[in-house]
Amino acid sequence: MSIQEARKLQTTSKQHPSTMSEITEPQAKNVLYCAVCSFPPEYCEFGPSSTKCKEWLQKSHPELYSKIWEADPAAAAAAPVNPATQDKAAHAQAKLEAKHMANLAKEMEKAKLAKIQITEIERTKRKHVTVIVGLEDFGLDMKKTAKELGKKFATGCSVTKRPAGGEEITLQGECGEEVKDWLEEVKKIDGKQIDVGRGKK
Amino acid sequence: MFKKPIQTPLQKSKLKSSAQRALRNKLVEQFPLLEPYIDEVMPKKGSLEIIKGPEKVSIYALDNEVLFYQDGNEPLVPNLRIVHKFPQAFPTIQIDRGAIRFVLSGAQLMCPGLTSPGGKLPEEGQDIEKGQVVAINAEGKENAVMVGILKMGTKDIRTVKKGVAVEGGMYLGDGLWNLKIA
Repeated sequence: MSIQEARKLQTTSKQHPSTMSEITEPQAKNVLYCAVCSFPPEYCEFGPSSTKCKEWLQKSHPELYSKIWEADPAAAAAAPVNPATQDKAAHAQAKLEAKHMANLAKEMEKAKLAKIQITEIERTKRKHVTVIVGLEDFGLDMKKTAKELGKKFATGCSVTKRPAGGEEITLQGECGEEVKDWLEEVKKIDGKQIDVGRGKK
Repeated sequence: MFKKPIQTPLQKSKLKSSAQRALRNKLVEQFPLLEPYIDEVMPKKGSLEIIKGPEKVSIYALDNEVLFYQDGNEPLVPNLRIVHKFPQAFPTIQIDRGAIRFVLSGAQLMCPGLTSPGGKLPEEGQDIEKGQVVAINAEGKENAVMVGILKMGTKDIRTVKKGVAVEGGMYLGDGLWNLKIA
């Protein structure tokens, strides 16, 4: 498609007349995204969490809310839709939402059960390493956390692969309790979810 | 194409600046209307990263934000968020309301969604050809719901009215949309 052709197409389609004029600086259109489902709010109704999205929008952008959600019935009345298909759509939407909620609940449960295992392992001659397992479940980036820990305790700290799969953080030195305190304080992890123990290689 | 969430950790590598320049030219060539905004989409300074996605798709990202992706030798497809930012830069078609939920669950876009009263295709004489990247808007909505590659020229869509119209697209809420590059 040549440039001219393309331009013509755009001018005739008149999708965005306001943005057609020649503006030089910030040209990007700022699109608001829903904080709940990340869609533009007008698509929330098709998203997996529309009830929550609705609440969010009502709270944070009341104008938009009335525009999107309250104009809906009028529009629906104007465009006659086959009630059977509409029913089906509503049904599918409800199902989708239920499924999403169930998934969320499951994840919450899992997050509650997740544990961080800290083990102090003796190496040679009263030297120790501290091995930390299970940080991923708390949404921590392994590499970055390793670096932070290394800085905090001024020792070597690395991410190593576990034979059982997954990754762990190995910290030089005997720092089990300190790591626990640090995790609680800096990363805001509940101390009940952290286990400190001693182990052998 | 990105129906499933993309597996992390991602394999990413920096792109050579020559390759980046080539890519930039290709982007302008593919979307002539994007030319005035190209600096905003893809600043000259930043260095692009290439990420290997599922099915050997190359995803190009800048500053941890996905810009566009490419499947083999298919044309470059922009990130839906870029389409939202520069809607005027991409040829657009429209689907009817009923088709939205199917698109959002990852179905291929079929012709009837475009030919029914709620859908919109470019007027005759300005048809978009097969293989072009199009933004897909939805009836009564302001922003695009999907971007993808036309599998049929819009002329054919209008006459045949059957079969797959758009494929290999990115839609709201798919794996690429939800991808977070750390």
